Amino acid sequence: MNPLGARYVLGKVAGSLGSLAFMLVLNFFLFRVLPGDPVRTLARNRLVSEKQIDELTRTLGLDQSLPQQFVTYLQNTFTGELGLSFKYRQPVADLILDRMWPTVVLVGTGTVLATLIGLWIGVRSAWNRGSRFDKYSTGSSLTVYAMPEWWLGLLLLAVFSVGVGPIPGIFPTGGLISPGVDPTSVQGVLDQAWHLTLPVLTVTLAYLADYSLIMRSSLLDEMGSDYLVTARAKGLRDAKVRRDHAVPNALLPAATLVALGLGFVVGGAITIETVFSIPGLGLLTTEALEVPDFPLLQGTFIFFSAAVIAANLAANLLYALLDPRVRG
Amino acid sequence: MTTPRLTARQVVRRRRRDSAARNWADFRGHKSGVIGLGILIFFVVAALGAPVWADASGLKVTEATGGVLESPSFEFLLGTDDNGRSVLTLLIWGARLSLFVGLLATAISMVIGTLVGVASGHFKGWAGSVLFRLTEWFLVIPFLPLAIVLASVLGASLFNIALVIGITSWPGTALLIRAQTLSIEERPFLERARALGAGHWHQMTRHVLPNVMPMVFANTTLTVAIAILTETTLSFLGLGDPLRVSWGSMLDDAFSSGAITTGAWWFLIPPGVCVILVVLSFTLIGRALEEIFNPRLRERG
Repeated sequence: MNPLGARYVLGKVAGSLGSLAFMLVLNFFLFRVLPGDPVRTLARNRLVSEKQIDELTRTLGLDQSLPQQFVTYLQNTFTGELGLSFKYRQPVADLILDRMWPTVVLVGTGTVLATLIGLWIGVRSAWNRGSRFDKYSTGSSLTVYAMPEWWLGLLLLAVFSVGVGPIPGIFPTGGLISPGVDPTSVQGVLDQAWHLTLPVLTVTLAYLADYSLIMRSSLLDEMGSDYLVTARAKGLRDAKVRRDHAVPNALLPAATLVALGLGFVVGGAITIETVFSIPGLGLLTTEALEVPDFPLLQGTFIFFSAAVIAANLAANLLYALLDPRVRG
Repeated sequence: MTTPRLTARQVVRRRRRDSAARNWADFRGHKSGVIGLGILIFFVVAALGAPVWADASGLKVTEATGGVLESPSFEFLLGTDDNGRSVLTLLIWGARLSLFVGLLATAISMVIGTLVGVASGHFKGWAGSVLFRLTEWFLVIPFLPLAIVLASVLGASLFNIALVIGITSWPGTALLIRAQTLSIEERPFLERARALGAGHWHQMTRHVLPNVMPMVFANTTLTVAIAILTETTLSFLGLGDPLRVSWGSMLDDAFSSGAITTGAWWFLIPPGVCVILVVLSFTLIGRALEEIFNPRLRERG
């Protein structure tokens, strides 16, 4: 890689570290700008024992000066000490590791499917701009975009799990696995896939709209370009012009937006897991809200943010591999 | 024949009126934008006239007259909720809340976004780049987890939820405004202003801001859409004002009272459809305005 490429990579890494640092500072002050005694505020109206209050004072290090508190906070965060959950009375880090996988599978599968289908729809509707396909797909993309993703989940749940009229409810109404099934056996894996079908479908439908709109406008930007005229003048077939010339160039700006969209998919997973009672990090977050369990909420916030920042960095680096112009 | 002499102010006013008329004519050319405006007007009228069409006493659980989850009838056009209240009454009052929170949150987000965007585009030195970096850092932090943490710390109230949405959704606006500001900064009239000794404040408020305003306006309508969606989601998660009915809190009730398993579609479908219609109307208007105000998009037609 040439020096300019190294500069790009360093720049992106520094940017992500900046985001990470900013998020950590934000998270630190979130709980310290509260008026009055933060520990009392955190524990307001809740059955929190004196022991827990002491524990919280100690974890937050509120008996120290502010800079000292910040250092303690950083040390704790980087060693994975995210405090003790009020609700589960377990270390937050353990809970997060425990409940991570359903979310990773849900967000991962959903994003891949939504991206692939969304990009395909976007390309087709931009290329045949104004066609019936374009009108319908843009119209329905805008409608789905206007829909809370969890409401879509509620509808799918009502139709395919409970059953409406002649449609029988064939899918499970919630959870990740049927009771009494070994999750590691072949049957267990299939059962979990069956349980995840509707949630993944919800994530896919909800976000493919975003991606198809992004891809559509990105390709429309490219369509007036001279190099496409040249390609056509050479006598290339329309499909070849699209596949080999227009789409690769339009994909590049779309890629960054797709990566940024991941933050929204993570947000969507929170509500969708709640609707389908999938025991992942999203459900963990909403369960924490009921208490509210602040150490757990902070822990999931840090985890989600770090994951999204890392994914963005990966996407930006991939972008540099794909597009030599970025490397300079 | 002498043409009537106009003062400078009259000329400016006439020019503004002409450009407003031109923009309105452009807007009418966008069929989807006009449909969006129609839907929006319907909901605004419904929300403003809520005390006329639906008595506020219908919101009180203690004064509910219907049965639990009654299906639609002549008395209750959209049935009743799990407390025996008319779903239609709740919907109409929910429109007030959704629109109010949406607009308030957007106002907060717009003020922050515009200030940061204009300042980061205008100041060339370290101040501009610090603001730009800050915006970029903020943009990557996932929106909903941040909003959840903020809302749970601040506590549930109408203003807090608007505040939370406002302070989590400004970075997109700021980046857009910054890009606009950068292109305006290159224009000769700013160079002229600088040569005449205009200060930063004068340059930003008299020259940059009026020129980025159209884009701010188009972006505002898109931000309202996101703000209303977020309000619905936060209320669904129980972070909304517990004393007020919103579409999100209705759906939360529907979900937790088992409207899905009992097939109480009248409690599940209408709030969602209202959210979609209102959000869609803002999106359609925003897209139309964007095409009118953004010359690059207009060329594309």
